[in-house]
Amino acid sequence: MERPDSTVPRPEADPPGRIVLTASDISRALRRIAHEIVEHNKGVQDLVVLGIPTRGEALATRIVALLREIEGVDVPVGSLDTTMYRDDLRSQPTRAVGATTIPDSGVDGKVVVLVDDVLYSGRTVRAALDALGDLGRPQAVRLAVLVDRGHRELPIRADHVGKNLPTARSERVSVRLTDPDGVEEVRIATPHGELS
Amino acid sequence: MTTYLIKGADLLGAGRQDLLVTDGVIAEVGTVTAVDATVIDADGLVALPGLVDLHTHLREPGREDAETVATGSAAAAAGGFTAVLAMANTSPVTDTAEAAERVFDLGRSCGLVDVQPIGAVSKGLAGEELAELGLMARSRAAVRVFSDDGKCVHDARLMRRALEYVKTFGGVVSQHAQEPRLADSSACCHEGELSGRLGLPGWPGVAEEVIVARDVMLARHTGSRVHIAHVSTAGSVEVVRWAKSQGIAVTAEVTPHHLMLDTTRLTDYDPTFKVNPPLRPAEDIAELRKALADGTIDAVATDHAPHARHDKEHAFAEAAFGMLGLEQALQVVNTVMVQPGLMSWEQVAAAMSTTPARIAGLTGHGRPLALGEPANITLIDPSATVEVDRADSRSLSRNNPWHDMTLTGRVHSTLLRGRPTLLDQEVQQ
Amino acid sequence: MKHLLSAADLSRDDARQILDTAAQMHDVQQREVKKLPVLRGRTVVNLFFEDSTRTRSSFEIAGKWLSADVINVSAKGSSVSKGESLRDTAMTVAAMGVDALVIRHHASGAPLQVTDWVDAVVINAGDGTHEHPTQALLDAYTMQARLGDLAGKRIGIIGDLTHSRVVRSNLILLRTLGADVTLVAPPTLMPSGIANWAAAEGFSYSYDFDEVLPKLDAAMMLRVQKERMSGGFFPTPREYTVGYGLTRDRLRALPEHAVICHPGPVNRGLEITADAADEARSLILDQVSAGVAVRMSVLYHLLGGAENA
Repeated sequence: MERPDSTVPRPEADPPGRIVLTASDISRALRRIAHEIVEHNKGVQDLVVLGIPTRGEALATRIVALLREIEGVDVPVGSLDTTMYRDDLRSQPTRAVGATTIPDSGVDGKVVVLVDDVLYSGRTVRAALDALGDLGRPQAVRLAVLVDRGHRELPIRADHVGKNLPTARSERVSVRLTDPDGVEEVRIATPHGELS
Repeated sequence: MTTYLIKGADLLGAGRQDLLVTDGVIAEVGTVTAVDATVIDADGLVALPGLVDLHTHLREPGREDAETVATGSAAAAAGGFTAVLAMANTSPVTDTAEAAERVFDLGRSCGLVDVQPIGAVSKGLAGEELAELGLMARSRAAVRVFSDDGKCVHDARLMRRALEYVKTFGGVVSQHAQEPRLADSSACCHEGELSGRLGLPGWPGVAEEVIVARDVMLARHTGSRVHIAHVSTAGSVEVVRWAKSQGIAVTAEVTPHHLMLDTTRLTDYDPTFKVNPPLRPAEDIAELRKALADGTIDAVATDHAPHARHDKEHAFAEAAFGMLGLEQALQVVNTVMVQPGLMSWEQVAAAMSTTPARIAGLTGHGRPLALGEPANITLIDPSATVEVDRADSRSLSRNNPWHDMTLTGRVHSTLLRGRPTLLDQEVQQ
Repeated sequence: MKHLLSAADLSRDDARQILDTAAQMHDVQQREVKKLPVLRGRTVVNLFFEDSTRTRSSFEIAGKWLSADVINVSAKGSSVSKGESLRDTAMTVAAMGVDALVIRHHASGAPLQVTDWVDAVVINAGDGTHEHPTQALLDAYTMQARLGDLAGKRIGIIGDLTHSRVVRSNLILLRTLGADVTLVAPPTLMPSGIANWAAAEGFSYSYDFDEVLPKLDAAMMLRVQKERMSGGFFPTPREYTVGYGLTRDRLRALPEHAVICHPGPVNRGLEITADAADEARSLILDQVSAGVAVRMSVLYHLLGGAENA
C-alpha cells in the first residue's frame, strides 16, 4: 500500500518543461472565471463551489474568495473526492481516498460549480458527476478548469476555462499553486528525448 | 540364496573391512576375495547393524489409505531398518493375540522388515481395563512391548498393574507420557510465548514430566521395566537421569524430529509440524541431544506417523498429529549428532539397533557385525547431502517435516538376514 | 499487503491510511445514497465456519455499500465432521470465481492456511483464539475519534486474554500506532509466555488492575465467558468482578478524560458495571457503528486497486 502523495506536498526541484502560465496569468484567469460565474448565474444565489482534490480544492477556495470580493457574499465551498468513482481503479495500486466536504446547504437544487486544475480525458469529471449524483440532485452543474489541454475521451466540456492549451498526448502539464506547492505556475513538459 | 560380498565398508566407523554374507549370516569378516558373490561396493560407506525402530505406526488394519504394512515396510527398508515395532493404535486395536498375530504375519509375508507388533496396555486403548497382555505374549507374535501410544496410561492404578503384569514374561510398558488434565487432546503447541502469540492450545512440558516422574516411581515400586516413548523435554531427561542413577529399570527414546525441529516451525500453522508431543524450544533440543550422547536417552525411535492428506489439510488445531520418520531417521541422526561430533557410529549402532532390540526383546536383531551373526546390515553414505523431497517417499503419506530441507547422509543398502531389502537406494520387493 | 490476516500485516502508514479512509466511509454512511461504485463486479464471500451475526452482517453491509456482490457461506459443521478438509472447502468456494474470502474460523491460523490454497484476497474475520484485525482497527478508530492520535496514549486491555482473539490484534495494532499498552488479567487468563512476549515487544502486563487504572487514557474491557468458570480459571464471578471488573469504584478512579471500550457482547455486572457501559465516555455503541466504515475501508484497500499492486 502506498502513502498518498497528493495530500502532503513534498518539496521538489522544478519539474522539467517551460512555463506556460505565470502567477499573474493564473490570478487573471481565476478572476475572469469568477466574473464569468457571476455573470452566467446572474449573481451568486444558490451557488455551491466544489473543488476536486487536491489542486481543484485550492482553486475552489480562491474562486470563492474572488466571488466575495466581487459580490460581497460568502459562497458555500467544499470538496468532492472522485477516487471511489474512478473507472481506472483496477489499473493501478489502491489510491488514498481524499476528503469530500459538502457545505451544510447541501447540493439539492443548487448550481454546483465543479473546479479542477486540468481538464484532459474528462474521466475525472465523469467520476465527479457520478459522485455528485450520489450526494443529491443539483439544479445545474458547471465546470470550471484552470487549463484545458484537450484530448477528451468523453463528451464533456468546461463552462469556464482559464487557458486553452494545445498539447500532445505525450506531454505533461503540471500545475503548481502557492498553496499547497509554494510556487505558482503551470508548466508543460515534453518527454525526454522528444522535440516539442 | 545369493552370496553377497560387501567390499570395503567402514564397520561402525572403526575401519575398513569386507563382509561376506551367505545363507543369511555373516560368513567372513576381514579381507575377503571370494568368487561367486554379488559384490556391493561399500567404499566410503559405513556399515551398521540393521536398525530397529521401537515406535512405528503402520496404520494397517484400519487406515490403509495412509499406510499399509507393505508401504511402511518399504519406507523402513529405505531408511535402513530391519525391524520395526508396530504401535497398537490401529483399527481394530492390537489388544488381542489374534490381532497381534495378524500384524506379525502381514509383516512376514511382505518380508522387507520384521514387523513386531506392540500390544495395547488397555482394551481398546480406553485406559480402563488391561488388555490380554499374557495372551499376546504367548502368541506367535511373542509380544513383549505394550503401549497405549497416542494416549497416556494416565490412571496410576492401571499403570501399576500393567507394570506388575508384564514383569512375569519380561515385558515392558512403553508410556506415552501426557497428563491429560494438563494437556488435553486439543493441546497442540508447546506452551510458551509462541502458543500465546499464535493462540494455540498449549502443551506444557510439565504434562510429560509429571507422568515420567510418576512412572519411574511405579517402576521402582513394582521392580518392573518402563520405557518412556518420545521424550521431548529437558525436565523429562532430568527425571530419567535421576531414575537411572537410582538403578530404576527405565529406558527412554527420542524421535528424530524432537532432535532437530523446534517449536518455531509452527509459526505458519503448517499441520505438517503438528505432532504429539509437540516440537519443543531449542533449549530442550540441546538437552535431548546431550542426553542421547551420554546414554541417558537409550534409543532413537521414529514415531513414524503417516497421515492421509485429507487428515492433515485441516485447520492446525483440527489436523491429525504426527509426521513421517522412517526414511529420514538415520540421516537426521547423522546430521545433528554424528557430523557435529556429538556421537560416534558405535553409539549410533547402540541407539538405533542394539539397545532398541534389547528393550524389545528381539534376539535376532541388534547383533554385532561379526562372524556367524545374522546378516542384518545397514550401509550409509555419511557424507552425501540430500535435499529431501516428500514426493520421493515410499510411504503412502506425504506428511514429511523435512521436505525441502538438506540433510547429510544417504542410506545405501539394507540387508535383512542376508537378503537385500534396499540395494543402492532401490527397495527390493 | 495482499491479505489481512493479522494486525501485524499493517505498517503504521497502512493502518493510518485505513483509518483515514474509514472516516470518509463513515461520512458516506450518513448520506442518503450510501452506495459507492468501487467494487462493482467484484465478489466477496463471507466464509463463516463459526456463527457471528455481528461480524458477518458488518462485512456484508460494507461489501454491499461498495457495490460488491456479497455471498454468505455458512461452513459451520463442515470440515472435520463431514470429512471435508479445510482445503477442499476453501478451494470449492474459491473455484466459483471469488475475489475475496472473508473467513471466520473457530481454529487459530485457518485464514492463513487458506492463503496457500486460493488466489483470492483473504481477510481474517476472527480465527480461534488468535486474531481479529478488523475489530482492532475499529477499536482504534473509535478510540482515536475521542482521544486523538493514539501515539503515547496509555491503553489497558483487561479481561480474559488467553481466550480472546481481540487482544492479540489490538495489542499489535496499538503498538504499531505508538500507544503504550498494558495487559491486565488474573494469571490464569494471561496468555502463556507473557513475560517473554512483553519483553520482546515492549508492552507491559500486570495482575493488579487498581495499580494500572489511574494512569489509563482508555480501558478496553474484554468479555469473560461464563463457560470459563467451569474450567476453574477463577473461583467465582464475584471474585473476578472484585479483582478485574470495571466497578463503580474503579470508574471513579479512572481519569476523567479516559474512555471505555468493549468489543461486546457485554456481560453487564461481570467485567463491567451496568453504569459504566452506559456512560458518556463509553465507546461501546460507537464501536458498533464504526464497524461497517472500517470494513468498507479494508475492503476498499484490499480490493479497490489493481491486483498484486
